[in-house]
Amino acid sequence: MTDLIERPVTAAPIAPAHHGDDHGDDHGHVDHDEHHGPSGLLKWLTSTDHKVIGMNYLVTSVVMLVIGGAFAEIIRAQLVSPTSTLVSLSQYNQLFTMHGSVMIYLFAGPFAFASLANYFVPLQIGAPDMAFPRLNALSYWLYLSGSITMLLGFLVAGGAANFGWVGYAPLTSAANAPGSGADLWIGALMLTGFSAIFSGVNIVATIFYLRAPGMTLFRMPIFTWNLLVVGILILLAFPVLTAGLVMLYCDRHFGTHIFSVQGGGVPLLWQHIFWFWGHPEVYILALPFFGIVSEVIPTMSKKPMFGYKGMVFATLTIAALSLGVWAHHMFTTGAVLLPFFSIMSLLIAVPTGIKIFNWIGSMWGGQLHLNTAMLFSIGFVITFLIGGLTGIYLASPPLDFFTHDTYFVVAHFHSVVIALVLGGMAGIYYWGPKMTGRMLHESWGKASFWFMFIGTQVFTIPAYIVGLHGMPRRMGVYPNNPAWQTLNIWESVGALMLGIGTLLFLVNVVVSWKKPIIAGDNPWDGGGLEWFTSSPPPHHNFVSLPPIRSERPTWDYNHPDAPALGHGKHAGESSNEKAPV
Amino acid sequence: MLKQESLILLLLGLFFGLMGIVYWVWSGEDGGGVMLLGAFLLGMLPGFYYLWWYRRTKGNRPEDREDATVADGAGVVDSFPSSSIWPFVFGMGCFFAVLALTFGNWFGVPAGGLLIWAMAGFTAESRRGGNV
Amino acid sequence: MESATPPTESLGTTKASRRLSGRTKALLAALAAPLLLASCKVPSFGAYEGASKAGNDTFKLWQGFSIAALVIGLFTLALIVWAALRYRRRGDQIPKQTQYNISLEVIYTVVPIVIVIALFAATVVVQNKVLANPTPNATVNVTAFQWGWKFTYPGHKAYVVGQTTQTPELVMPSNEDVRFNLVSSDVVHGFYVPEFNFSRYAQPGLTNTFTFNIDKPGLYKAQCTQLCGLYHSLMYFNVRVLTPANYKTWLANKDASTSAADAAANDAATGIQTNPHTPTLPTKTDYGVN
Repeated sequence: MTDLIERPVTAAPIAPAHHGDDHGDDHGHVDHDEHHGPSGLLKWLTSTDHKVIGMNYLVTSVVMLVIGGAFAEIIRAQLVSPTSTLVSLSQYNQLFTMHGSVMIYLFAGPFAFASLANYFVPLQIGAPDMAFPRLNALSYWLYLSGSITMLLGFLVAGGAANFGWVGYAPLTSAANAPGSGADLWIGALMLTGFSAIFSGVNIVATIFYLRAPGMTLFRMPIFTWNLLVVGILILLAFPVLTAGLVMLYCDRHFGTHIFSVQGGGVPLLWQHIFWFWGHPEVYILALPFFGIVSEVIPTMSKKPMFGYKGMVFATLTIAALSLGVWAHHMFTTGAVLLPFFSIMSLLIAVPTGIKIFNWIGSMWGGQLHLNTAMLFSIGFVITFLIGGLTGIYLASPPLDFFTHDTYFVVAHFHSVVIALVLGGMAGIYYWGPKMTGRMLHESWGKASFWFMFIGTQVFTIPAYIVGLHGMPRRMGVYPNNPAWQTLNIWESVGALMLGIGTLLFLVNVVVSWKKPIIAGDNPWDGGGLEWFTSSPPPHHNFVSLPPIRSERPTWDYNHPDAPALGHGKHAGESSNEKAPV
Repeated sequence: MLKQESLILLLLGLFFGLMGIVYWVWSGEDGGGVMLLGAFLLGMLPGFYYLWWYRRTKGNRPEDREDATVADGAGVVDSFPSSSIWPFVFGMGCFFAVLALTFGNWFGVPAGGLLIWAMAGFTAESRRGGNV
Repeated sequence: MESATPPTESLGTTKASRRLSGRTKALLAALAAPLLLASCKVPSFGAYEGASKAGNDTFKLWQGFSIAALVIGLFTLALIVWAALRYRRRGDQIPKQTQYNISLEVIYTVVPIVIVIALFAATVVVQNKVLANPTPNATVNVTAFQWGWKFTYPGHKAYVVGQTTQTPELVMPSNEDVRFNLVSSDVVHGFYVPEFNFSRYAQPGLTNTFTFNIDKPGLYKAQCTQLCGLYHSLMYFNVRVLTPANYKTWLANKDASTSAADAAANDAATGIQTNPHTPTLPTKTDYGVN
């Protein structure tokens, strides 16, 4: 059904009114009969509502997190002893390939730019939905079918893909990786790749065209800014990966020789193509979580985001530089321009540092509510600081020469990606009440936090050490060395703690559902427009909108006596003066 | 203003172009050079399009004005289809098409069927503005 | 010591000047690290000291980076933990809504850039030493394959080959520039000797050349680092460094015990020639080499 949606013109009353009751009364729709629409399963299959799609992505990606985590626990169980026979070497290669693939392609990406993003970008800019709702729905179905496709690998003869989540040629050739698992992996990445590209289109179009009156670009929340940049990065990077996958498939099945030496091809080209996508990808993964933390920390500190313009500048700088660092993953090939990639990779630490200092600045002098969401955010900043600093080493080719492909690198990227998971948890605790109308319980939440945060360090710190001792990555068995074994056991303890923390989170979800604590519109006194509407928001999101004079319109509305922030001509004026009658 | 939007894309694109020239000349490596050229074009193309649109509309949408009021944005925002089966059907068509890559061309039959059906449905839905 | 009322200090002069001195400390530390290293015993921060001059230069670079990372990391961590503890909620008053502090933001933009440039400068110096390829006294051709290593000596019949846990030994002389030509006959493998602080990919169709000048004779463990299939975990090898005299003896004995037919058959099996030939330095594929 096609609805022509009008902007809610009901001006918000001067005194904050109770918005919880307005569920679908005055929408100003031209034609609307949702009560006669589909119900049940058909309603879910045909929904184009960004909130439903965002929730679909959230649930599916968390399921993928648990699946990828299960693979990790098996890997860690194998590695507590040097020559364990828990799994065979062949199964081990499938396990770490699928652990990485599921975590990056099926959990982190979709969670980052399609779950909370789908739900909250339209809300934060005061829009009724995303720009292309049906395309949005298609993105989700492509993602779901891509996930099933990849996991089908375990059911075929020969097993799932076993050449690492990066799939270097010529290991991925038809001769070296026969069997359907590899083709399913390629196909899955095509589906999820297009899913991502369509999401990118939607995000950019929505932010460019559907903002509410007064919501200039520099009044958008940092979360939305980061997603705008992520949308652009997706459009720049993902088509490159898709092209590479097409080439790989052709090499495997149509007799081309793009990546094989025998036919005059260049295997190294795969690495260039893959990492030209792969490096922007890690910023596509990271920026949304940076955005979440940029929402939680200021709100829980009762302060505005410190250095707003600096954050925007840093995000744009990260995006620009991220397309010029790809070959720092290839320093040991001996075939890339070392100084260029080294200086660019070192420079990209600068905007990341700016962000960390701005988060600290947002906390400084505030009134910190150290609830679960805030704890996870602080845990994120600390863990990302550690992971980011170890990345600096890797940007120096001589140092990369002896750390590349060892557990030092494994520890580095796990520090940063598990930091992202902590940020994701912060987002769920922060925005969960808005999505479901219920708070998540704090006791289970804090328990989950401590297990996950400490577990992360217990896993990564021994991994850094054993990597420096010389233990390479992707080893199903390792030399019989007591020092190595002790460190590996500690890593497995850390992984177990992470698993327990995740389990506690899932318990919390169930408990919070069974014993609801009603959330209300704005349990955290947040500033974004999402806090102006009910929890959960009504169909098409807003019954009324406040005047938008800063990046915290809801805060301005609820605190009319505090001077408004404002960027531009109307900075410092009380928001009350501009409220239309 | 749409001008800020176009500037974001143009400036990013120019940066990629500059980086691309430095990289391609210094390294002589063609893969990266071509990919950075692509990034440059991907910034220029939509960037100039937005700039052209900004010139045409003189860009003063309510969301670009700092003193805009809620009343300024009154009226129909856009058309937002509220439920449609066609994304699901199209998605399943893509799913089967990808399975055809692995399990054999015969998967292409249901894939093609679903895709054509979905494309017909999408088109009809867009034209008629209602559930088909 | 702050009073009990809501904190009224903004991020103005007092905090800024305290932070300024902290930033300056970090900068000075990062720049002074090389000087310090020369004079006192700096911890290894987990890395090997490197069995060669180049390996040791890499180790010192590691130490320098580690000091910088530690100073910056501890400083930033202290700020985070301090803020989290000091500014815990003590009531319901709205704190001062500080949005920006331009001078502070400029400082923590510019100072990291300076630090990064210093790190890059140090990197280039060490990198040029590590990647230098002077005229060698000995040459070894290394071929990686699924799942083992072959070492041949151009101009000699001698060769060593072994798979997985046979752990073949790469024999080389100490205190001489030894050049290695590294290639793979199938997929990408990784030639990694932890104690030399070095690794390089072995790739099909692309020969990599590098030089080691190892200080001390001994046995150094080594392994494949790049995923190459089923027995990737087991692609062990050792580097046995002999004194130049012992190396000469070993090479002569090996030559004597290898028949030409053996050598030729081994050539054919894994695709690299043992017949005398002079490997040329690849041009476009070896960036960073002077």
